[in-house]
Amino acid sequence: MNDATSLATSYDVAIIGGGNAALCAAMTAAETGASVLILETAPKPYRGGNSRHTRNFRCMHSGPLGPLVEDYSEDEYLADLMKVTGGKTDEHLARLAIRSSEECLPWMQDHGVHFQPSLSGTLSLARTNAFFMGGGKSLVNAYYRTAQKLGVDVLYEAHVTHLELNDNHIDWIDYTHDRADHRVTAKSVIVASGGFQADTDWLTRAWGPAAQNFLIRGTPYNRGVVLADLLDQDVDSVGDPTQCHAVAIDGRAPKFDGGIVTRLDCVPFSIVVNKNAERFYDEGEDVWPKRYAIWGRLVAGQPDQVGYVIIDAKSLDLFMPSVFPPLKSDTLEGLAAEMGLPADKLRTTVDTFNAACGDTSKFHPTELDGVTTTGLTPAKTNWARPITEPPFYGYSLRTGVTFTYLGLKVDENAQCSTPSGPIKNLWAAGETMAGSILGQGYLAGFGMTIGTVFGRIAGREAAAYAN
Amino acid sequence: MQIDLLQEARRQAEICNACRYCEGYCSVFPSMHAGRAFSDGDLTQLANLCHNCRGCYYACQYTAPHEFDLNLPKALAEVRRDSWESFAWPQPLARRFHTHGGAIALALVIGFALLLWAIRSIGSAGGDGFYAALSHNAMVAIFLPAFLLPLISLVVGLRRYWATVDGQTVRLGDIMAALSMAAKMKDLAAGHGEGCNFEDEDRFTHGRRHVHQAIMYGFLLCFAATSAGTVMHYGFDMPAPYPLWSLPKLLGISGGLLLTVGCAGMVALKLKSDPDLGDVHAWGGEIGFILLLGFVGLSGLVLYLLGSTALMPLMLALHLGAVLAFFLLTPFTKMAHGFYRLTALIRDAQRKRS
Ligand SMILES: Cc1cc2nc3c(=O)[nH]c(=O)nc-3n(C[C@H](O)[C@H](O)[C@H](O)COP(=O)(O)OP(=O)(O)OC[C@H]3O[C@@H](n4cnc5c(N)ncnc54)[C@H](O)[C@@H]3O)c2cc1C
Ligand code: SF4
Ligand code: SF4
Repeated sequence: MNDATSLATSYDVAIIGGGNAALCAAMTAAETGASVLILETAPKPYRGGNSRHTRNFRCMHSGPLGPLVEDYSEDEYLADLMKVTGGKTDEHLARLAIRSSEECLPWMQDHGVHFQPSLSGTLSLARTNAFFMGGGKSLVNAYYRTAQKLGVDVLYEAHVTHLELNDNHIDWIDYTHDRADHRVTAKSVIVASGGFQADTDWLTRAWGPAAQNFLIRGTPYNRGVVLADLLDQDVDSVGDPTQCHAVAIDGRAPKFDGGIVTRLDCVPFSIVVNKNAERFYDEGEDVWPKRYAIWGRLVAGQPDQVGYVIIDAKSLDLFMPSVFPPLKSDTLEGLAAEMGLPADKLRTTVDTFNAACGDTSKFHPTELDGVTTTGLTPAKTNWARPITEPPFYGYSLRTGVTFTYLGLKVDENAQCSTPSGPIKNLWAAGETMAGSILGQGYLAGFGMTIGTVFGRIAGREAAAYAN
Repeated sequence: MQIDLLQEARRQAEICNACRYCEGYCSVFPSMHAGRAFSDGDLTQLANLCHNCRGCYYACQYTAPHEFDLNLPKALAEVRRDSWESFAWPQPLARRFHTHGGAIALALVIGFALLLWAIRSIGSAGGDGFYAALSHNAMVAIFLPAFLLPLISLVVGLRRYWATVDGQTVRLGDIMAALSMAAKMKDLAAGHGEGCNFEDEDRFTHGRRHVHQAIMYGFLLCFAATSAGTVMHYGFDMPAPYPLWSLPKLLGISGGLLLTVGCAGMVALKLKSDPDLGDVHAWGGEIGFILLLGFVGLSGLVLYLLGSTALMPLMLALHLGAVLAFFLLTPFTKMAHGFYRLTALIRDAQRKRS
């Protein structure tokens, strides 16, 4: 379906967005017999938002389930979540998401998703995260096929600009398509249009000018247009605009949509310097997956929001390759020239670091090995081996934003509200309401869990209201 | 081999190696993820492990219009065809047929003319059935070299392949592992067993696997029919013609049916699929080859039906002409892929065990 004129003028359920949360809501509503419309702003090749970049979802289970091994209990899952969010978690909604995740896996299979064993290089996740075969885009493809079989209408390049809110009721939806304005009414409306990270101006208002240099890891289409429209109409929100999930990625990544291949796993085996060739943080603080998100903010705090990773030949094979080959030189001075760093300063920084390294015989790349520097600030507390063996390799690092947290506040039925009470026919699912659960921090695979669980709840509630 | 094709495949393989989302689809990815850098030999091996199911294309978040412009099925198809052309011997023949359906048609016409000429000028030496048109000895004189020469050519090509992909000394276990993959066409079912994305964008179907099975088993049955006839002729002194309820006829008819139906199905599938996810230059050559193979099957069946009519000698020339062209072109057409793929699977079995 590619044409606004072939749509009905009114639907039981209209869904804004075309990613995981939207599709889970659409299929659930359509299965009750409701007429459903998906309005997706992206063109078909880019449909599916950030969901097309994902690889797994985190799933509670007792006993082996699908590709998952052993057990992962509700309490352990919640404890993992509390750890990364520093307790800033809505425990009631979090438990709801965690508990429901177990029934999601077979539901996803029934709706066309295939799973595969944990990918090579990610064995530590084999118990907690179920990997989609082919990744998130194949999940999205399968859901579109299933949704269309269920009679869901899908309109691509349909950019929703406004939901008309009167007396806690959404009266209509305005969108543009094919350079014309359109209006559609629906008994129930579900917002599943993600965060606002692709709107650099909004990020800049929240973060200051530094945000101009941030890269956006996922879709360029999540610009928060509907979120802003609803916030303007006093819909209840959670989270603050400065909170986002950001990681350090390869500085050569494209501005948008670079996805998973731009991640760099080499920091623990490196020294990281800023553009003045000075170190600024303990590169060996913890195993990389746990520190991944911290470095996004660390790099954002450096001049020009850029960092430079330096490793030597002996560390090259210790981490997953990334999409761009490293810069390479037989001398540190040569590498400094290639990276645009002051050569003498880099030499001093490396020499000082090397001199602070001690006994490296206990070096162990995958465990906290306690191979540390002495008398150096900042210290490197694990994997501290001198950078001596040519050729030397370097990567630049930039802040890559995954998603923003500021979002719509929902209750356990995924329903939105204003200060005067619940909005009768508005629900939200996925990234756009994730802040209702996560105050800060992020647990790998939880985004898809939230989207699947709350997408299904929103679809169920919206269809029940419409019928 | 062509540097630009290898370079493009290398660029894409490096992106895949950083991503790994497609690891579950086929044998290509586990083999790819075993290393960090890709030599020309590595890429040649990966290309010959790929069977162009397109699963990794439709699943890829980096396909055009994304600037990474991933199209791994196409990149590997181009390297694959280039590898067959580069390894084939003798070289002047190698680069004609993969890309030119017309050249295959020409070979067919020449084969047909040759057989017609043979029937006219040599004719029968007093045999029965088909041998009434062309003597058994004449058939052997034509087909023995037509069978052996391509085999020699293939051996030369495969040895060059083996050297390029750094093959080790082959163990029986490697061959058994490869044969079991091939017999089930395991990869054609994709990692989840729902087939290829060949007919309707990202929808998984078994169509291609099924027609491919029909063609392969059809071909093997026809081959078995000929072998059975040869054994009966020389071993038991039972020359053709054979009755319907005989081994050569039963094998031949069922094989011919499978081959004809399979090839027709394969052409229909190819017409439905997106040519840009394969080697566009080889499209004509592939269609030409499938039509030739289908024609071998069909003309064999027609020959059986018209065997006792006046049209028999003409049909015999058509059928044997097609068989001749098919045999002689084996090292230089899509037919070679079966041999290369089996060799690639043997090499992959060695990788898994080391
Ligand atoms: C590189 C990367 C890897 C990730 N990996 C994982 C992972 O492995 N596991 C995990 O759990 N999470 C992962 N995440 C996070 C995950 O992507 C999100 O949590 C999840 O996809 C959110 O789903 P969603 O449906 O809410 O949003 P999205 O999938 O982003 O969908 C939002 C949709 O809304 C549409 N839209 C936006 N504005 C409008 C508008 N005005 N009108 C109409 N439509 C609009 C967009 O086009 C899009 O289709 C990853 C994120 C990134 C960037
Ligand atoms: S084809 Fe695309 S999704 Fe699949 S492994 Fe390669 S880059 Fe990743
Ligand atoms: S096209 Fe199919 S066989 Fe080839 S690499 Fe992709 S998934 Fe594997």
